[in-house]
Amino acid sequence: MNVVFAIIAVVTIAAGVAAMSLRNLVHCALALTVAFAGLAAAYLQLGAQFVGFTQILVYIGAVAILIVFAILLTRGSEPAQQPIISSGWIAGVAVAVIVLAVLVYAIGKSSIRDSKVPPAAEVTVRQIGDALMNKFVLPLEVVGLLLTAALIGAVIIAMKEEKK
Amino acid sequence: MDDSLDQIFVTLNHWLTGYAPVGWQPFVSAVISIAGIIAVFASLFAVTTVLERKGLGRIQNRYGPNRVGPFGFLQPAADGIKALIKEDVVPRAADQVVHFLAPLATVIPAFLVYAVLPIGRNMVLVDYDAGALFFFAVGAGTELSVFMAGWSSRNKYSLLGAMRAIAQMISYEIPLILSAVTVFMIVGSLSTTKIVEAQAGYHWFGLPNWFVVTPWGFAGFILFMIAATAETNRSPFDLPEGESEIIAGYYIEYSGFKFALFFLGEYLGLFAISGLGITLFLGGWHAPFAFLEWVPSWFWFFAKLQVLIAVFIWIRGTLPRLRMDQLMNFAWKFMLPMALINIITAAVWHFMQPGYQRWLVGAAMVVGPYILLGRGLMEGKKLEKRTYQFAE
Repeated sequence: MNVVFAIIAVVTIAAGVAAMSLRNLVHCALALTVAFAGLAAAYLQLGAQFVGFTQILVYIGAVAILIVFAILLTRGSEPAQQPIISSGWIAGVAVAVIVLAVLVYAIGKSSIRDSKVPPAAEVTVRQIGDALMNKFVLPLEVVGLLLTAALIGAVIIAMKEEKK
Repeated sequence: MDDSLDQIFVTLNHWLTGYAPVGWQPFVSAVISIAGIIAVFASLFAVTTVLERKGLGRIQNRYGPNRVGPFGFLQPAADGIKALIKEDVVPRAADQVVHFLAPLATVIPAFLVYAVLPIGRNMVLVDYDAGALFFFAVGAGTELSVFMAGWSSRNKYSLLGAMRAIAQMISYEIPLILSAVTVFMIVGSLSTTKIVEAQAGYHWFGLPNWFVVTPWGFAGFILFMIAATAETNRSPFDLPEGESEIIAGYYIEYSGFKFALFFLGEYLGLFAISGLGITLFLGGWHAPFAFLEWVPSWFWFFAKLQVLIAVFIWIRGTLPRLRMDQLMNFAWKFMLPMALINIITAAVWHFMQPGYQRWLVGAAMVVGPYILLGRGLMEGKKLEKRTYQFAE
C-alpha cells in the first residue's frame, strides 16, 4: 500500500461518510460526487485509464447532475429539521453487518484466494473496443436496445397529452 | 526544416531540467511544463479579453477600450488589479463553503484539460492512450461547478441560470462527443497525439490531409464548433447568463476576484475546446501547405487557435440570443440526428475505396440529411415580416 492509495482511500471514505451524515441534501450529493471522483482516482491508480475516465464522465458528468436535479425538482433544498440518527438505523446496521458477514464468508471460501494473480496486462482502449464489438457485441446491443426503450418511454411520459 | 526553432521549448525544458538533481528530474520537468501552460494560456486570456471587446466594439460601431496603455492593451492589467482590490461580497443567506468552492471547481478542470492537448511537435504534457476521453471527462466536471455556483448563492436568478446552463450543457455534450467520435473511428485511437499524426501529409491540389477536408470531417467540424459554443455558454447560446432576462445567471452573487476566476474559467474552456477542435479536425500543429513546413509547429497551433477565437468573437457580435425552446429543438431535432448520420457517413467513407466516388457518396450523405432536417425543423412555422405593437 503506497501513499497515493492511502490518500485516495481516506478522501473517498471521508466523502462517503459525509454523504451519509450531512444534514443538507445538496451537500450530501456534492460529497457523493467527491466519493465518485475518489473511485475514479483509484481506478486510474490501478492503471485502468478507460474505466477511470468513464467513471468521471458517467458518474460526475451525468449521475451526480441527475441526483442534484432530482433533489431540486422533488423537494425543498432546506436542511431537514429532525435528527439524522433515528430508530431506522438499527435495522440498517443489522442489514449491513449481515451483508458484510456473507461477503466475508463467500470470499473466504472461494477459490480466488488460492489462485495466483496473473501479471496485469497493459489494456489499451483498442482492446476494449475489440472486445465490445466482437466478443460481447450481443450484450452491448441488448443494453443499447434497453436504454433506447427507456429513453422513448421517458419521452412518452413527458409528452403533452393531445386534447380531444 | 529547422528543428532547433521547432523544438526550442522542448530543448529549453531539457536544459532547465538538467540542473535539477537526478531523482527530481521528472518532477521538475512536469512543473516547468505546467508553469508554461498556465502562463501562456492565462496571458492569452488577457489578450483575448481586449481583442474581444475591441472586436465587438468595431462590430457595434463604437471604439471599445482604448485608454489604458497603447491602444488600450493594458486594460486587462487594470481589470485584474480592480478585481483584486474589490470587496468580496458574500450574501448572508449563501452557503459559504460551496460558494467559495464553486469558482475553484470551474478553473481547475479548465486548466486540467490542457494536459492532453498537443500544442506542438513533442509538446504534449501527458500522452494518454485515452487522451480525448480524459478531455471530455474532465470537461464534464464544469457542469457541477455551475450548479454549485447557482445553488449556493441562494438567489432565484442564479438558480435559474444554473438550471439553464446544466440543461444546455447536457444537451449539447451529446452532439459534441458524437461529432468527435467520427475522428476516433477513422483514426482508431483516442490518443490526441495519434490523431494529429494521422492528419500529416498532403493530398491532391496541395490540400492538407486534415479531417476537415472530407465530407464527414467538414460536417463534424461544424457540428463540433456549434456544440462547443453552447458548451462554453457563449453567444448565441448565452442563455445561462442572459443579462437582459436573468441579470447574470449563476454568477450574479460573485464579486471581486471570484468573478474574475469564473471569467478566466470560461475563456480557458473556450481555448481548450477550440484546441481540441484543432486537434481533431484542423490537423493539430501541422502546417496548412507543404511549402510552409519550415514554420515551427507551435506557431501553427496558436495561429489556428487565434483564427477560431476570431470566429467566436465574430459570431458573438453577429447572432442574437436563442430562446430556450429553440435551443432545445436545435440540439435534439437537428444536431443529434445530424451527428448520428455523420457517424454512418464516416463508416461508409472508411470502407469505400479512395477515389471520387466516396467523395460523392459522402457529400450526398451530408447534404441530403442537412436539407431534410432543416426543412423538418421549419415545418409548421410561418416566417413573415414581424409587426410590432408599439414600435412602428
